[in-house]
Amino acid sequence: MKGWYAVVDEIILPLSRPTVGVAGRTGTWRVNRPVFNSEKCIKCRLCWLYCPDNVIDVNEANPSNFITIDYNYCKGCGVCVDVCPTKALTLVPER
Amino acid sequence: MGLVLTTLTGNYAVSYAVKLSRVKVVSAYPITPQTTIVEKIAQLIEDGEMDAEMIRVESEHSALAAAYGAASAGVRAFTATSSHGLLYMHEMLWWVAGSRIPLVMAVATRTIGPPWNIWTDHSDLMDQRDTGWLIAMAENNQEVLDETIKMFKITEDPRVYLPGIVGLDAFILTHTSEPVDIPTQEVVDQFLPDRRQPYVFKAGDPLIMGNIPKDLELNMRMREDIDKAMERAKKVIDEVDFEWGKLTGRRYGGLTECYRCEDAKHFIIGMGAWVGDMREAVDKLRSKYGVKVGLIKIRYVRPFPREDLIKWLSNASSAVVFDRSFSPGSGGHLFLETVAHASVAGVRTPIKNCLAGIAGVDVTYEDIVDVVLKSISEVEEVGTFKEFIEWYYRGGR
Ligand code: SF4
Ligand code: SF4
Repeated sequence: MKGWYAVVDEIILPLSRPTVGVAGRTGTWRVNRPVFNSEKCIKCRLCWLYCPDNVIDVNEANPSNFITIDYNYCKGCGVCVDVCPTKALTLVPER
Repeated sequence: MGLVLTTLTGNYAVSYAVKLSRVKVVSAYPITPQTTIVEKIAQLIEDGEMDAEMIRVESEHSALAAAYGAASAGVRAFTATSSHGLLYMHEMLWWVAGSRIPLVMAVATRTIGPPWNIWTDHSDLMDQRDTGWLIAMAENNQEVLDETIKMFKITEDPRVYLPGIVGLDAFILTHTSEPVDIPTQEVVDQFLPDRRQPYVFKAGDPLIMGNIPKDLELNMRMREDIDKAMERAKKVIDEVDFEWGKLTGRRYGGLTECYRCEDAKHFIIGMGAWVGDMREAVDKLRSKYGVKVGLIKIRYVRPFPREDLIKWLSNASSAVVFDRSFSPGSGGHLFLETVAHASVAGVRTPIKNCLAGIAGVDVTYEDIVDVVLKSISEVEEVGTFKEFIEWYYRGGR
C-alpha cells in the first residue's frame, strides 16, 4: 500500500487505505460553508451519520461544542444542513 | 465410463455450471432472453441444491455492482444479462476489470433497439470489448456449460485476475434444448481450486478502491497491466482447455478452433451459434463443390486470437469474416480486427467482410455456401474483392 495505490503480485492496483485527506484537500472545492450553532444542537448525531466525507467529529466529552467540522476536507455539499432537525447547521456562502 | 446426457437449454447449462462452480453470490435483474438462467439458479437455491445467496436488485447496474462487491469480499460471484441490460451495466464492467476482481457473467447475446427486438446478434457483447473483460462465445450448449466452469478458473488465475463473459446466442442457444453432459461435482471440484484474487475486502480492515490518482502515468500503467494480463490469458486459456479436456474428454482449442483447415485455401471466420451452420457449409462446399474451405471458429474475442488468425491466413487464397455486429461508419467488429492484425503481420490474403444475421435475421448454411462460393469466384477472377464489406440479404437487396 503506497498512498493512493498498491502493488500486489506485480499488478498495480488503485487500492489504498482510508486515511484523513487521502483524496486531497477537498475543502478547496467548497462554495458554501456549514456553520454550527451549538445552542440549537440536540445531539442527535444525524449530521455525523450523513456527512458523505466523514469530516464531522462528535465530541462526547464537550457538550457545549458537540460537533466539529474539519474544514480542510468539508466540501460544502450541505447534506448535514439538510438533515439537521433543528437548524443547528446553516449554509453560508464562502467569503 | 458411459456418458449420461441430459437435455438442457443453453440458459440451464449456464445455471448448472454456476451451481457446480460453487458460486456463493448471484445477483441479477431479469431481461429476455437471460431470465431463465437466474430463475433456474433461484430454484436450485430454493430447493436446497445450491448453497448461495440470490440478491434481487433494481437494475443491471446494481446487479453487477452487487456481484462485484461480493467478489471483492472474497467469494465466487455471478451475474447474467443481455442487450439493453448489458448496456445499462456497462459502466460497472470497467470498475470490475479496473479493480482486477475475478467475476463471471453470462451474456445472452441479443440485438439492441430501437426497435424493440429480442433476437440474436452480437452488438451487445461486442460493445464490451474495450472494458478489460475476457470475452468467450459458445457454439453449443455443451460449450456453454464447459466454458462457464472454465471461465472461473481462467479469471481466478493470478496471471489473469480479470473478469470474464461467456456469450450465448439468444434463443438459438438460450432457449433451445440440446444433449449436454453435466459433469459430476467431484470432477468440477477436482478441476476448480479454491478462489484466488489479488486482495479481499474484509470487515474491520477497510480499503478504498479507485481513489483519485496522484500520478497519471501510474494510472496509465494500470490500463497497460490489463493489456498484459490479456496477453498472458492466452496461455492460461490453452492450459485450462487442456486440463478440462483431460477430465471430460472435451477439448475445444484455445482462442480458436480450426475445422478442416489442414489443406484449406479459403477460410470462413465466425463466432457463436452459427458456427454450427458454418461447419455444414464447409462440408457442403468441399463435398458438392470441391473447394478446399476451412473454418476458423473464434472462441475468444478478448484476448483476440491474433496469432492463430495470422497463422491460418498467411498462406490462404481468401477469407470471409462473418460479423453479427458492426460499427456504423467503419465495418464488422471481427473483420476490422482480423484485417488489422493480418495486415501488420504482412498477410496479403484478400479478406472480405459479410455483415449478416444482424437484428436477428436468420442465416442458414445455404446462405453461407452462397456467400463463400461468390467470394471465391470473385477472387479467382480478379485476384481481390471489388467490395470488402458486403451487407448480405437473402435474395439480394
Ligand atoms: S457540508 Fe457536506 S462535507 Fe461539509 S460537513 Fe456538511 S455534509 Fe460534511
Ligand atoms: S444534526 Fe444538528 S442537532 Fe443533530 S447533532 Fe448534528 S448539528 Fe446537532
